[in-house]
Amino acid sequence: MIPEDSRYARSHEYVHVEGEIGTIGITDYAQKELGDVVFVELPQVGAELEMGDEMGSIESVKAVSELFSPISGEVVEVNEALADKPELVNTDPYGDGWMIKVKLATPDEVDELMTADDYADYVKLEAGK
Amino acid sequence: MTHASSDEPLQKTPLNAVEHELGGKMVDFGGWELPVQFSSILEEHDAVRKRAGLFDVSHMGEIEIRGPQALEYLQKLTCNDLSKLQDGRCQYNGLLYPTAGFVDDILIYRHAADDYLAVVNAANSTKDFEWMRDCTEEFDVEVSNRSADFAQLALQGPFAERVLQRLTPLSLPEIRYYRFARGRVSDVEAIVSRTGYTGEDGFEIYLPPAEASDLFRKILEVGREYEVLPCGLGARDTLRLEAKMALYGNDIDHSTTPLEADLGWIVKLDKGDFHGRDVLQREKDEGVRRKLVGFEMVDRGIARHGYPVVDGGEEIGVVTSGTHSPTLKRAIGLAYLPPDKSAAGTEITILIRGKEVRARVVPTPFYKRSK
Repeated sequence: MIPEDSRYARSHEYVHVEGEIGTIGITDYAQKELGDVVFVELPQVGAELEMGDEMGSIESVKAVSELFSPISGEVVEVNEALADKPELVNTDPYGDGWMIKVKLATPDEVDELMTADDYADYVKLEAGK
Repeated sequence: MTHASSDEPLQKTPLNAVEHELGGKMVDFGGWELPVQFSSILEEHDAVRKRAGLFDVSHMGEIEIRGPQALEYLQKLTCNDLSKLQDGRCQYNGLLYPTAGFVDDILIYRHAADDYLAVVNAANSTKDFEWMRDCTEEFDVEVSNRSADFAQLALQGPFAERVLQRLTPLSLPEIRYYRFARGRVSDVEAIVSRTGYTGEDGFEIYLPPAEASDLFRKILEVGREYEVLPCGLGARDTLRLEAKMALYGNDIDHSTTPLEADLGWIVKLDKGDFHGRDVLQREKDEGVRRKLVGFEMVDRGIARHGYPVVDGGEEIGVVTSGTHSPTLKRAIGLAYLPPDKSAAGTEITILIRGKEVRARVVPTPFYKRSK
């Protein structure tokens, strides 16, 4: 359910690292909490993000939430498909619903993020609150 | 939601267990645990517009007004004219302070000349009851809070009549808009009114709390062939906003008058004296300071409750409600604006989390069903 090959932030973003590029989106748990996503605001290509920086926002029918960058790096690609099909975040959060790709500034940072197992426990705690 | 977090346990409606069982995503709504959605707000919204959806609105309050002077009393406390209301009919009305601000917006059902039932917003029911009780002095009238005696279901959508008809001997086509009847629904004594908060045809059913779960399940069972969905507060909000029905606490409150809220049709200045009449008369003569209007976004984004409307760096108004309209597939909302900025077509600027975005004043309602 929670992909083993990605890492997770407490603010429910994931990063999937391949080489020096990290693909960032929100988790399945996060999209379920938000409900129907209708608008995603993302940074532009070239933006420099620090770990924990606000990188955009996501609007569902019922609420707006900030998006935070789980790692530091330069934005090299933005998922343009989300402009017309924001619902991809709901239907395929780890696949076609990805948000941005960044060139990692500090690859070691990834180790500070939760593993899939850690995140599963974290979500259990959140849900039980 | 304006409910201050507290340690008090959430109140539960009689349908709480059924809602959990049906996978309702439960939230704190003004101190009540209620489902914001079961499947998806968009799907539930669509079900109500095209087929039918079933809502638990048992959190709403019911206040009974009885006595020989019930009519005079209610006329004094509200701005709409109840004098022509007949038995078996109901009316949307404003319960006003002497300042003409809203205590609440309410529905008043007339059982008989000396017997009325006011249906009030959940978060306001205690406040409303205390206010109404404090206003009884000059009148031979008895006011009682009956909220705990009623559960309320709302079946809304174009198929509502044919679904409900299978469960009741009442002739539903004869219950026209804003009328009601008492009768059995699935063998339970209930009040059935053709009213709602969605802009769609439909019914609201008042019944004893102990019977509510069974009826909720029955309606879903009978409605299965019409793909009737259980619906939550999320769809209720998008539906009512498309129909431009006011939400107390968002669009109206103690500081707004019915004329400011564009509810002039419930203000009857010639009915005799009532709370706030002088203020409303003055507003009518001199014009209102601000007016509630509909807007749609020109730029991307959704303007939500509390976001400022600005002009040249100055705040000139405020957004009271905003959402993505599932029917129009556009971002819409309501805002209080100065009268000179309130004409349809006027471009306005809204601050969305510090960023200026453009919107345009549009005619309302945003959605009107074809009859």
